[in-house]
This record gives sequence, C-alpha cells and structure tokens, in this order.
Amino acid sequence: MIQRETTTGVPEATDLPSIIRPYGDTTGDAMVQLSFTLPVPAGKRAELAALGLARQMGLDPASVVHAKAMGPHFTFFIVYGKVNHLIDYAGIEVPEGREYPLLPAKEIELAIRTVLNRRLVVVGACIGTDAHTVGIDAILNVKGFAGEKGLEYHREIQVVNMGAQVTVEELLERAKAENADAVLVSQVVTQKNAHIHNTKQMAAAFHAAYPTAVGPGMGRPLLIAGGPRFDTVTETELGVDRIFGKGTTPGEVASYLVHALLPSWTPQEES
Amino acid sequence: MGKLNLDPQVVAKARRLAERAAEPVIEMARTHTTVSVERAQLRLAGLSGADADGRPWVNHLVDAVRDQVGLEHGVALPVWDALRRESYADLSALAQAAALGAVTFRLPSGDDAAAATAHARAAAREGITRIDRRRAERDQLLTEVGDPPKPWVYLIVATGDIYEDIPQAQAAAREGADVVAVIRSTGQSLLDFVPEGATREGYAGTYATQENFRLMRAALDDVSKELGRYVRLTNYASGLCMPEIATLAGLERLDMMLNDCMYGIIFRDINPRRTFIDQRFSRQVHARAGIVINTGEDNYLTTADAVDAAHTVVVSQLLNERFGREAGLADSQLGLGHAFEINPALPDSFRLELAHAQLVRELFPDAPLKYMPPTKHMTGNVFAGYLLDAFFNLAGVMTGQSIILIGMMTEGIHTPWLSDRDLALENVRYVRDACGALAEDFVPRPDGFVVQRAEQVLSESVDLLERICDDTLLQAIADGTFGVTRRPADGGKGLDGVVERADGYVGPALDILETEDPHAGHRPQTPAGSVQR
Repeated sequence: MIQRETTTGVPEATDLPSIIRPYGDTTGDAMVQLSFTLPVPAGKRAELAALGLARQMGLDPASVVHAKAMGPHFTFFIVYGKVNHLIDYAGIEVPEGREYPLLPAKEIELAIRTVLNRRLVVVGACIGTDAHTVGIDAILNVKGFAGEKGLEYHREIQVVNMGAQVTVEELLERAKAENADAVLVSQVVTQKNAHIHNTKQMAAAFHAAYPTAVGPGMGRPLLIAGGPRFDTVTETELGVDRIFGKGTTPGEVASYLVHALLPSWTPQEES
Repeated sequence: MGKLNLDPQVVAKARRLAERAAEPVIEMARTHTTVSVERAQLRLAGLSGADADGRPWVNHLVDAVRDQVGLEHGVALPVWDALRRESYADLSALAQAAALGAVTFRLPSGDDAAAATAHARAAAREGITRIDRRRAERDQLLTEVGDPPKPWVYLIVATGDIYEDIPQAQAAAREGADVVAVIRSTGQSLLDFVPEGATREGYAGTYATQENFRLMRAALDDVSKELGRYVRLTNYASGLCMPEIATLAGLERLDMMLNDCMYGIIFRDINPRRTFIDQRFSRQVHARAGIVINTGEDNYLTTADAVDAAHTVVVSQLLNERFGREAGLADSQLGLGHAFEINPALPDSFRLELAHAQLVRELFPDAPLKYMPPTKHMTGNVFAGYLLDAFFNLAGVMTGQSIILIGMMTEGIHTPWLSDRDLALENVRYVRDACGALAEDFVPRPDGFVVQRAEQVLSESVDLLERICDDTLLQAIADGTFGVTRRPADGGKGLDGVVERADGYVGPALDILETEDPHAGHRPQTPAGSVQR
C-alpha cells in the first residue's frame, strides 16, 4: 500500500499497513543492505562465508556486491539481500514523547521568577577521569548548542560549571556550598563502562549526603546525567532523576528543570 | 603563493602584535620554573624509574628539595651538592634515600656551588647529547628508508594497551599512514607525574610513558624498513607533565608532539602560568630534538562556531608561531592546526572552508600545517559523513595542507573500526590521486568570495590581537576569548608547582637549551608546505 501523507506530513494512522517489511524500491521486496568485516583473507571462500552469515541473519537470497581485502587477514563486504522477517507494526505501541513541554526562554525565566523568586542554581561537571567537557559546555556555556544558548544565558539561572575531571567529593561539596537546585554530570568516555560506574557513584554519594530528602527539589538537588551512551540503562539503575542523550539541547534541559523543580508552574504554551 | 593577495603590511602587523602580546608571557616563563621543568632536567640527567607504588624518583627528589630548601634556585645545586657530599652511587640512589627522608639538602655556596654546578652541567650535557644522537638517527633513517611525500596521512590508534596498539599502528602504517598518533589515556593530562613502564590499561587511550614510547618507536622502525618510508610517531606533550613528556619524546625519538600554547588552559583547566612556563621548556626540547609540534586550534572550533571564531584560530596560530620561534623551533617544526568544522548546512560552507584553509597556508608558508577533519557536524548518517570527509580531503589538497588527519565516517559513533579506517584511506587516496596538483589550478578570483572572506578573517584577527595587546594575553584568556571558556590566571590546576627563579638559579639543561642554536650541526630539512607528489 502506498502511504498517503496528510498536510502536516504525518501519515494517517489508518493508512498504515499493520504488517510491514523493509522497502527497497517495491512494496514488500524486503531488501536490506549491510556491511561487515570477516577476519579471513579475501577470495571465493571468504565470499561464501559472507553469504553464510547473511543467510543465518535471515537474508535469502543474498548477494555480495562488494568484497575488498583489507590487508592479508581481513575482508570487507557489502551485502544486499531479502529478509524473511515480518514486523507487526500495529502491535508496536507509540512510545511516549517528552513528558514535559519545551518552553521558550522567556517562559523559563518567568517560571523561575514567579515560582522560585530567586535564581535557580545549577552545578555541572564532568566527573571521574573524563576530560571531555564538550557535552557539559554545550548545555551550560552561553555559547550553547544547535543554535540555542546554554543555561548561563538565562539571567534567572546561576550556573557553576566545574569543568573536567571533578571528583564526586568536590562536586558534592560544591553542590552543598552553592545550595544547588540541580546537579548535571556529563560522561562522554565510555571505556570499560566508566560512564555508568561514575554516575552510579555520584548518585549514591548524593543520596547518602541528603538522607532525609523526599525527592528532587525536596531536600536534595535534582540529579541529571548526560552523555551519548546511556541508552542501555534506566534512571532507576543509575540512581538519577533524568538521563539526557546525544543531541540534547540546552532548551530541553532548561524546560525539564522547570518541569521537575517547579511542578506548580502551568506551562503557558506548548511548542 | 600569494593567491589571496594578502596585504603584506597587514600580515606584518599581525605578527608584530602577536609578538607584543606574547612578550610578557615569555618574560614570565624566562623568570620562573615549575616542578615539572625541574623534574624534566633530572630526567635529562638520567634519573628514571619509580617506587613500588609507581611514584617516579624524579617526583620524590624534587619534592624533597622543595620541602627542604625550596625550588627558587632550581634542584640542580642542592641535588649535585648532596651527591658530592654524601657519595651516593648515582641520582637514583640519592632519590631513593631522599624518599625515605634520609638526605639533608642545602643550598651550597662558593666552591661547593661551583663544583655542584659543574657536575650538574656535565650530566645535563650527556642528556642533551642523547637527544642530539636520536635526532641524527632520525635524519639517517629518513635518508636510508625514505621520507614520504606530503600531505602526510595521519592516523590514530587508541586501545589503552601498548601491546594492542603496536599491531594496530603497524597495520595503520601498512594501510597508508605516514604518521601514527597514539592517543593518550584521558586522565593523564592532570596527573602530576609520568607513569612508568609498559602499560596495558588506559581510558580511551594509552598512557604516555618512556617505555611505551620506546616500544612503539621500535615497532614503527621495523615497519618503516618493511614499507620503505619512515613512519612518524606522535604523542602529546601537554598537561601538567609537559616538559617531562617532551624530554622523554626527545630521548625516544618521537617525531611529532601535540603541544599547543593554550590547549591545556582552555580545555583541561590547567593554570595559565604553569602552562606557559612548562611550554617554553618543552618547546626548547622539541626544537633541539627536531620534533614537529602540532598545535590544537582545531579544538576551539569544537566549542565555538567555525565561522564566527575563525579569527581566533588565526590569532592562536600567530601566538603559537611566536612562542614556538622564541623557543627555537624552526618554521618547519610548526605544525599549526586548523580544522574543517563549518556547519555543512550553511550556504557556501565549502567556499568558506577554502578561504580559511588558504589563508592559513599563505600566512604560514613554511609550516607543516595540520588539517583536522570534521567532527562537530558528523552525525549517525555515515553516508553523509563520508561525503563530508571527501570534501575535507578536497579542501586539504586544493590548499596544499601538509598533514591531513584522516576523517572517519563513524566519527561520534564509535572508535574507528578496521573497515572505517580502510574506507577513510580509500577516500583520501581517491581525492589525492584524482586531484593531483590541482592546488596549482586553484586560484581564487581576485576580490571574489574566497579572497574577501580571507581578508575579513585576517582583519578580524588583527583587531583581536590589538585588544589582546591592550588587555594582556592572560586577561584575554581569563575573559574567554579562546574556545569561549574563561580561565583566570590564578585559577586551574598546577599553580602551586610554579616558582619564581631567584638570582643564582641554576638550570643546567635550560642553560644549554637557552644558549645554543638547537639546529647547529643538523642538516637542513626540506621545506614544508608545498604538495609534493
């Protein structure tokens, strides 16, 4: 079935097929492409090995369209093939979108002024051995990211960016000294799951340091972790209130701060 | 040269301003020392090794002298005085005793001071001679094995384990790399000591140690002979131990070192004073060792906008050039950095890239420029990324860049796979071979877009340099002029390791580096810059 698009560009739900297969150039052709390397010398035997892999992956028929020797011990392949899998599209629930609205800069400032009646304090750092401040800087520094100014830009937000290689103890001490409303940690380096260990350690230290806290903003700071490789874990596993992934903009973080810390604020408009 | 018709008076003015901006900082570096400069001089004198916990003997010895007599006069006088008086077999024995608190240091005077100085000088001379020998060895290998034509293809390995790095580096060389960089473990820049021995664990990189340097250089010597071209080895002279790592690089014949005048300050929050003092010594060593430095201007564009901040790159290059030349580096040792980081969604983005790249080429005609591939605008769309890398390679060839870091289409997704590297090399080979000497034919239209843009960036650079001269460089750094990060002169890590030199300071290796022409007795290098195919 050919998908019709509505004026908004979103296909109407009723028009979507319930069972789908990949689309090459004809509906139902089920064609996919993949590339991979096998640790064997190039040649006929290597190509048969590549086809064997493709077949086990459910590609039938499959064809090796490109095989190239990479040194004496490896061969790179590009394979096209037809998959025999069906996807029950109707059975896939629409995932929840952002649980909070994206607020314009003005409204963020208005919300903080109205509800908090003081500046909202954010302390951020790259913890552990991680020296990559790109993520935390993109969110905190005025310069911002993706055309959006960072949190420093908001007069109503006081930002303390502690920079790189901050220890959990230093972060905790600073968060207490500044009376932080929110603590942001950025973790880019993921070798040996350092990002997971560091964040868990940070969260545990904060929970231990605020034993009487009821929740974020109620006896302890809101704990936020950001980084490109947190997609395998949940907030609960890490002990933080929110994880932000790759491509997060400062506006999303600022809007979340309002949502999580100023629950009495009623958003004026949604975007 | 001269495709942009740059006004030579404006260029001369930019250099004069950079010189003026750098002068107070150079003066500070001349009159101060740091714990790491002192440790580096002990390393040159032959002290190596560490205690059972991995704390180097140079750290023990410098700390002991600092605690007892201070560092204003340098460690050489108290150390060689103690060696003479107490008849320890060597520096290592003295350091071990000092670590146990068994040595009483003093500041000798009169004949004792003269004797200590003479012994210290002899030891420093031996160290410098070792570096000279390693440089001569490189020259000989370049002649015997062969020096690859420019642009050099620069590839990175980073496993964390030196014994995994070695086969990967050799494979990279066989695949076409002319320069192999071993990425350093991410925490190392903030360690105030250099780890010891061969290391097998690191975070997102491998520790820079003397033994790791030796192992990798030996492995690349083997593969250089096999391939018939000398494969250069790169590491990082940056962070709190910059002078020591520079020294170890000289002793183990590394060929290039990342060594930027402001990178550690801005991106690692290392104290600005500490950085500039350490840097001057490290560059003096690099000059002597024939090491090409790679500066890090590309990094500014990962935080700042590549169009808006284009002039900050040029300003930093001019400062790096000034600091480098003052420390004795020849122009052929100035691997000034820049990058292809303009948002590809911007109209005319490629023309802007060409303007910036050509401007840098013409401002620094004899410098082996290091051109960095896109990272900021690389996405999960590996196909678009491959195209962007091809345009980067094209800009590099058209503007005669000297060292091209190879862009990976999976940048930002994972550390490069074997196939990523192979495809990346296929990309650069195609562009290089297809373009040939296209740089000859690339002559921007007079007063056209490229020429005007280059002129504008140069004029913005002059304006910024004027402001820096008025405010001082340290203040400009504190104000967030570079990379949008504010770094006050008294902030950051490592300031406690900075000491003003007293009258009568003795730094025996420093004396040699300061007073001798670092390139005397060395054959002239082939001029860099032009595309030789």
